[in-house]
Parts: sequence; C-alpha cells; structure tokens
Amino acid sequence: MQGPILVFAESSGTEFRKSAFEAVTEGRRLADLSKTEVHALCIGHRVKDRASSLGKFGADKVYVADDESLNLFQPDFYRQIALDLTKKIHPSIILLPATSTGKDLAPRLAIHLNTVVAADCTELEIRDQELIATRPAYAGKVLLKVKMKGSPNVATLRPNVFTAKERAPPISPSVESLSFQKPTTRMTVREFVTHGAKKQDLTEAGVIVSGGRGMGGPENYKILEELASVMGGVVGASRASVDAGWRPHSDQVGQTGRTVSPTLYIACGISGAIQHRVGMINSKVIVAINKDPEAPIFGFADYGIIGDVFEVVPALTQEMRKYYGKN
Amino acid sequence: MRRAPDTATRIKISSDGKSVVTSDTEFVINPYEEYALEQGVQLKEKHGGEVTVLTIGPEKSTSIILKALALGADRAIHLKSENFPDDPSAVARAIAAELKTVEFDVLLFGKKGVDDDNQQVGPMVAELLGIPCVTQIVKLDITTGKAVAHREVEGGVIVVETSLPSAFTAEKDLTVPRYASLRELVAARKKPILVKDPQQFPGVLETVSVQYPPPRPPGRVLGKGIEAVPILVKILHEEAKVI
Repeated sequence: MQGPILVFAESSGTEFRKSAFEAVTEGRRLADLSKTEVHALCIGHRVKDRASSLGKFGADKVYVADDESLNLFQPDFYRQIALDLTKKIHPSIILLPATSTGKDLAPRLAIHLNTVVAADCTELEIRDQELIATRPAYAGKVLLKVKMKGSPNVATLRPNVFTAKERAPPISPSVESLSFQKPTTRMTVREFVTHGAKKQDLTEAGVIVSGGRGMGGPENYKILEELASVMGGVVGASRASVDAGWRPHSDQVGQTGRTVSPTLYIACGISGAIQHRVGMINSKVIVAINKDPEAPIFGFADYGIIGDVFEVVPALTQEMRKYYGKN
Repeated sequence: MRRAPDTATRIKISSDGKSVVTSDTEFVINPYEEYALEQGVQLKEKHGGEVTVLTIGPEKSTSIILKALALGADRAIHLKSENFPDDPSAVARAIAAELKTVEFDVLLFGKKGVDDDNQQVGPMVAELLGIPCVTQIVKLDITTGKAVAHREVEGGVIVVETSLPSAFTAEKDLTVPRYASLRELVAARKKPILVKDPQQFPGVLETVSVQYPPPRPPGRVLGKGIEAVPILVKILHEEAKVI
C-alpha cells in the first residue's frame, strides 16, 4: 500500500467531534502497520487553532480549509476540498467518521474516485497489504468482511466503537492551509436548528437510558430524563414508543433508528424485539428493567432487574445520585 | 426503490460463508423507500405531475413494483437483472445511466437499504448526474423551481435550500406511508411497467466472508424490585466498571 492515510477530522461548531479523534487514532494504527503517514483534513470556520491538537492522536500532517461558508456541512464545498486534496496527496486509505456528515460525504467522494465506501465499519485490518473492513449488515444480524479493488479505499467508522487514544509524546504535526474557492453550487445551507438544549447525540453518548412501550405514555419519560441527567447520559426510545408518538424519531434506537454502542445501556420497559436488539447489542454493558420476567431482553442483557419501572427507575436515580455524590 | 427483506426476518448465512441466503425470505419495499414514495405521491397530490418508480432487481421485484403502483405511483421502470452486483457504486451508475434519459424535477431515495446498510446510492447518483442531493431528510417543501429540505443530523436539523431538479434521501420521519386499498391493488395491474436491462458496471466491493456476530455472554437477573437497585449500582461499579 502506498500513499498516506487521509482522515477526515470532523468538527462540530467550535470543537472536534469525538469520532474525529477515534478516526485519527485508528488511522495511526493502520499507518504504523503499513509504514506510512497519517494526514488529517479539517474543514470548518475558525478551525485552524485546534488543528495541531490532532497530533496527540497521531496525525503527522494536518490540512485546514477555513472559511465562514464551511461552518456547517455543505456537501458541494466539502466534497470539492476533499477531492482536491486527494488528487494532491494520493492517499491509500481515506477514513471518515460514520456520522451524518461522514455518511453523506464518503459516497460522494468515492464515486468520483471510482470506488465505493466500506460503510459504518466496526473493525479494520491490513492483510497482505490490503484493507479488510468488518461492517455490520442487516442491522447487525450479520457481520461482513469486505475489501475493495483499486486505490484509494474509503471507509467510514462507526462512532464510539474505535477508541481515541492520546500518544505520549504527542506528534507536532505540520499544518497547511488549503486555499478554498467556492465551487458553483445549487444548494444553500440555511441554518442548524437544534432539537433542544445542547445534548449529546445518541451515537456518541456514553450512557443511554432508553424507554419502551412499558413507559405507558410520553409524560412518564420524565423519570428516564432524571436518571440520564444524574448519570450524564441521554434518553433513547424503542420503535413502539416512537410510533406511538411519545418520543421523536431522532431518539429511536433500532433497525429503523440509530445504532448505538454506549458504555452503558439501560433498557426500561423494553421487551427486546429483534428490531430494537440490533440497534443496541454492541453496547458494552446492557441493563434491563422490566416487569415481565419472560421478556426477551433478559436473554441478552448483562444485568436484569425484574420489576416495575415506575418503582425501580426512581430508586436507581436516587442510588446513582448518592453514588455520584460520593465519587 | 429497493427490494429488501422484511425487518422481522431472521438472516441465514450460506454454507460457503460468503453470502446471505434469501430463498425463503419475505421481501418488501425497503422501508425508507416507502417514506420516499409516500413523499412523491404527496407532492403529486399537491402540485400535479407524475410519480415514476424505478428499481433494479430480479423478476420477483414485480411484487414490490405492483405494491408501489397501488400506493400511488403512475408508472414503473424495472431494470431487470437476476444477479446485479451487490455494490452501491454499480447500482448508482446503472440508475444514473437510466435517469439521463428521463426528465424529472424531484428524485427521491430511501436513506439506505435495511439489508446491506450501505447508505450510498442516493448521493452517488446525484453526483453522477451533477444535481444537488440532500440526505436524511425529515421534511420537504417544494415551491416553484425550489426545494427546502430539513436534514436530520446529530442533535438537530439542518435546513437546506436547493434548486430543481434535485435529489433527496428519506429518513423515517419524512412521511407516514399509506395503505393500499384492494381497488388500488387491482388498478395497479393496469399501470405501465417498462422492463429493460440495466447497463452493467463492474463492482468494486468484494465480500470476503459473512459471519454471525459473536453472542453476548449470558447475563443474570440481580433480583426483583427496588431491593435489587443497590446491588446493580455496586456491580456496575465494581464488576462491570462502567460507572
């Protein structure tokens, strides 16, 4: 494999996304295996100051495209910048986070580079100088190992799966500014409208407290919000509760919602149908609280409590409050 | 429109460990394309025009084509191929080649297939055609020559304006698909279906192996009711080390 590994280090407003650090760390690991360099690309507005911090995760070189019009993801602009850079440095592998931005940008790049994307990967390896990507399909009911003909290979990495690791000592990367000429475009990105208070996204959250049909109604999610807030987590939902109109679709975990892999997933009043299971099965630890001892969720949760969510969850909130007060 | 296994289906791996067995799988319209189709039909009801559905797939795709025609599409293009490469770039190139011969204002896709989860075809087709594409949309408003779409992203939506023709990929919240009546199912059989061969493009993506994910180690029930709560907190801290 020849050519550096190019990593798209995505920003969100004034900071890098956690998944940017994860992708740079993984890029470093692959670069060491194939004896090449890691080049990172950061695009945004006022991103230059933080560019060199990617050296902590192993970037040898950082390219920066900085312009007010790049503050929010504009596909035509971002694609052009990434494509121009690709033509200049001829990377062997291009890594992007499998975020809403990465999932949009990667296929646009790939088709212009006569290739395809290994999408939403959970593991990468180099075998006989070839990139082999492991990716879940059928919402995780199976794992595919895939490879791609030609060069470069493009892969997106599922957030929260790869570990971001700081190096000691850090690399002091060289930082190069890219000139940005706005290409013609027929898209205008107007604004970002937030869903509410600055809240972590489900795909990047460390703790998720999720509620299902057993919550009985939208008003009862308050107890889950409280538990999540004490634990610094966010609230998710099953398809049943989203279809009932209790929670927005952006909260849905499962095959037609988000696929999540938090450190801790607490399923409250969720039966554990396959639709839901595939969206959260890769959580590090799963806790189930359900009054039905026969619920399928107890078949794959690490720890279960059989009981009424309206009693157990407030008690758990109180206990966690005590715990976090002490620690 | 993609022909996809029903999401409740159990998935079986072939004996050579390189593919998924689909012989006894129940196939439906890929759910995300149902949201897209419903959006197309709603646009027609509001602004006039016609809805054409296009699919690449085997002979058996006829059942989902008839379903789409019953749900409000006016005509269909079936690029018939029994074993088209399972590669999003090849699919995108074949669709783009076909669309170069068709006039349209709005091109709707589902955001992804629920089978291969690749999530690439929509933006790839748009890039090949040189038209705008807004992915993962939850809202679409069309006025003369212009579209305003809401794109679902982490923590909120991004509002994007494009000029037509333009492509969009549907997120779940875009629409609530309707049901087809028996009368519509019968009427669908009279609607035109253009059957032709897709242009062939070589695939780039190669599947090395297919495996089931490793099973989770068996868990345990810690107890009943609130008495189990302190035990859970202790275990999460000391044993699982996640808090």
